[in-house]
Amino acid sequence: MAKIIIPTPLRKFTDNAGIFETNGSTVKEAIKDLTSVHSGLTRHLLDDKFKIRSFIKVYLGENDINSLQHEETSISNDSVISIVPAIAGGCCC
Amino acid sequence: MHQNTNKLSSVELSRYARHITIPEFGMEGQLKLKEAKVLVIGSGGLGSPVLLYLAAAGVGHIGIVDFDIVEDSNLQRQVLFNVNDVGKFKAETAKARLEALNPYIDIAVYETRFSTENARELVQQYDVVADGTDNFPTRYLVNDACVLEGKTNVYASIFQFEGQVSVFNYLKEDGTRGPNYRDLFPEPPPPGLVPNCAEGGVLGVLPGIIGSMQASEVIKVITGVGEPLVGRLFLFDAANFTTRILKVSNNPATKIEGLINYEQFCGIVPPSAQKAVKEVSVQELNELMIKGNDFQLIDVREPYEFDIANLDGELIPLASVTYAANKISRDKKVIIYCRSGVRSANAIRELETLFGFGNLYNLKGGILAWSKEIDSSVPTY
Repeated sequence: MAKIIIPTPLRKFTDNAGIFETNGSTVKEAIKDLTSVHSGLTRHLLDDKFKIRSFIKVYLGENDINSLQHEETSISNDSVISIVPAIAGGCCC
Repeated sequence: MHQNTNKLSSVELSRYARHITIPEFGMEGQLKLKEAKVLVIGSGGLGSPVLLYLAAAGVGHIGIVDFDIVEDSNLQRQVLFNVNDVGKFKAETAKARLEALNPYIDIAVYETRFSTENARELVQQYDVVADGTDNFPTRYLVNDACVLEGKTNVYASIFQFEGQVSVFNYLKEDGTRGPNYRDLFPEPPPPGLVPNCAEGGVLGVLPGIIGSMQASEVIKVITGVGEPLVGRLFLFDAANFTTRILKVSNNPATKIEGLINYEQFCGIVPPSAQKAVKEVSVQELNELMIKGNDFQLIDVREPYEFDIANLDGELIPLASVTYAANKISRDKKVIIYCRSGVRSANAIRELETLFGFGNLYNLKGGILAWSKEIDSSVPTY
């Protein structure tokens, strides 16, 4: 099964799970699978048209899916998808 | 970079011997450090290790931008400071600490907020910028000022167990610039969607790890030693000790033509333009408690904040408050609080808009005001 790595800021919506396994065959299906199980993630990952939000990057391996086939990028059983949100901490942190 | 007109004194030669001994680094690398000018924006969690290591390494000219004051809750991670510094300005305190570490360098202090008014003027005086700020408007401002002034922005950011590092707007050998922050994240998240570290927390050692990497990238950019983290984003998760390096590309759609209103860009509505909510002061809440009046008290912070300090309110974190509207009374006064009063005001606006509540009151100043004015035994954080 392909893996989705959930970043720390979003783990409160996945019961603190850092990995989600999916049988989806595209990035879109994988994200749909993820948000159907963890519905609280939906508004953080997807906009009103169910497109990945612009402040979230999704990577397949080391590549931004926007440099591949966007949400339609195919995935396989050994794929690793990373969700990378913008984080701003540093000074007062 | 500046020409290497200076020589190292015998004391400096001795001090930097472990650098000079590295074949790829050598005397040339050390002289480049001595000539370099680095602006460090923020002297907190990330700025502490960045400043300590850059000063120790012999970066000759360091600027520190920070308007903040040292608080006791900073000391868990901001290793520049100690208990005697609480209440003092960070930038000036940092300068004194760094001068004691390395008297052979110059340190300039800017006790001011990094803003559109001063950003370009400050950045243009330096060769490299290290961004250790803590909010999205300033992140985009630092990025844009660096792009407009043609400076490299060594970026790092942290949250809870996770850190990010990259080198933005780097001048490559072919004369083009590497990707910048906007190529990675064209737009910021809406306010409140991603909590800041005060709300979400951060592992104390994490800024030490990530800030040290940031300092290392600054040194590499200055000296030309090694391969800087250009076009790549480094991710570190301390919780399970995993690292990843992801590719970042220039985005032709990115256009930076001048500084903008970054608060507005990040969707931050100034308090004067926000819909007013009804408020109670901490004194009024205290009186209600003493008199035993019937009211509901709701805490919209996160569970880990609740464990640090609470007023015995019912915990309903902000992200779930609209899902828990049925738990909120409609027939008595409901007082909602958070750490400072911002999140609780947002919760009230959301509940009023979506569900038409008319009995919600914001605790002005939140738990910080309660601790300051009513009960100092309630910890602040």
